[in-house]
Amino acid sequence: MELIQQLVNGISLGSIYALIALGYTMVYGIVRLINFAHGDVFMIGSFVGFYAVTSFHVGFFPALLLAMVSCAILGVCIERIAYKPLRNATRIAVLITAIGVSLLIEYGTIYLRGAQPEAYPSTVLPDKKIEVLGVTVNSQSLLILGVSIVLMILLQFIVHKTKIGKAMRAVSHDAEAARLMGINVDNTISATFAIGSALAGAAGVIFGIYYTKIDPLMGIIPGLKAFVAAVLGGIGIIPGAMVGGLMLGVIESLVSGLGYSLWRDGVAFIILILILIFRPAGLFGKNVREKV
Amino acid sequence: MLKVESIDVFYGNIQALKGVSLEVKNGEIVTLIGANGAGKSTLLKTISGLLKPKQGDILYEGTSIAGKAAQTIVKQGISHVPEGRRIFANMTVEENLELGAFLRKDKQEIQQDFEKVYHLFPRLYERRKQLAGTLSGGEQQMLAIGRSLMARPRLLLLDEPSMGLAPLLVKTIFRIIEEINSFGTTILLVEQNAHMALSVADRAYVIESGRVVLSGTAQELNASEQVKKAYLGGH
Repeated sequence: MELIQQLVNGISLGSIYALIALGYTMVYGIVRLINFAHGDVFMIGSFVGFYAVTSFHVGFFPALLLAMVSCAILGVCIERIAYKPLRNATRIAVLITAIGVSLLIEYGTIYLRGAQPEAYPSTVLPDKKIEVLGVTVNSQSLLILGVSIVLMILLQFIVHKTKIGKAMRAVSHDAEAARLMGINVDNTISATFAIGSALAGAAGVIFGIYYTKIDPLMGIIPGLKAFVAAVLGGIGIIPGAMVGGLMLGVIESLVSGLGYSLWRDGVAFIILILILIFRPAGLFGKNVREKV
Repeated sequence: MLKVESIDVFYGNIQALKGVSLEVKNGEIVTLIGANGAGKSTLLKTISGLLKPKQGDILYEGTSIAGKAAQTIVKQGISHVPEGRRIFANMTVEENLELGAFLRKDKQEIQQDFEKVYHLFPRLYERRKQLAGTLSGGEQQMLAIGRSLMARPRLLLLDEPSMGLAPLLVKTIFRIIEEINSFGTTILLVEQNAHMALSVADRAYVIESGRVVLSGTAQELNASEQVKKAYLGGH
């Protein structure tokens, strides 16, 4: 039963990683950029949710929505201001810019509100213990999991069934050919940043509720872990990010459950190294060969 | 319909087109022949808005489209089938065709155009749920052409539609090009296969290292010694 308990914890943690990893992977898929500021968008989402709950006394869902909308706007601003002027620059220049944006958001937040951590009020979501077949499950983890799953299904729907989703897939495959279809590539890239950042914002609120403590540098480690998850699943592949996130969460929880919790972060990066050695394209990736 | 007036196009510091002029009249098939690297694809890319000319002008139906965004040009009725087909391999045949109609909102007429394209290319109908990347080279070319037709173009730019195809398929593709033209779509065709291109075209231009060196009706160029030597293998 201990094992199943850890599995449940792992899936909740993993769904947070997956939500962040989706933003990494979508942005990479469309502009071939590892957006290192993505973990900080997650942090901003967490703070927006926190202030919404504590200052405006709104419930969970309005706070979640507010965090998602704010992060979507933030993501588009980052893309337009920092990355768009570098569309034709070398990849290393864009990567360094991404790191710069990340530091700017982290220390900009500290400058504006100080570095002190905050605690999410425990009243946002009902916290009950539910017994299912002998396993005690926290009602919060169930709701968190539910919200994550709904968001992922929504994302799949957007990407596969809507016009903007099809444009996103077309641009990520071949931006020039997409332009010949009349697709506005810049707007499509902005939409991708908006959607990815909204998911990170949602993850921020969920993380705050689950782990209670938030601070301006909280985005760094989950951001890196989500990046590992995205690479694990195959960067640029949306289902890969979901599976990679869940796997990473489960593996981490099992490692903690076995009594090696100090090794938890280490294991995540060992996985990254192993993936890069043995399956560089990730679990879902394949070496794409084009017909000429 | 389309008038290109002495345009210069650069890739960085390298000049790819030097004062190129050409004209396509309503209803014609005009072909542009020339060797690899002569600037044929560059010219098509400039017309469709992927590249901007540094000098000169491009007039479509009397108004300048030089340097306009690709989406504006598609909307005005120019569709470009790029070299190497460039289909969206990770999407289904149907989705590729849908993307061709990206800027259109007339749902019913889009549906009609789906039927027209499937009628023109029955193979695409059979494979409409298949990923485009799994199609054969010839089918991919059909998809690329079908996709561009979904925009309902009045002017179709075709870049090397015969590239890499078996001779029998080349014939099929050219027959379809003539068929599309007979429905009233004007065509500007870029080809290395000069023999085939001249056999379907009304008029032709020969381009060499970024300059138009010869132009005339297809018969004239077919008969020209210069063209025979350089592009028709000397017979």
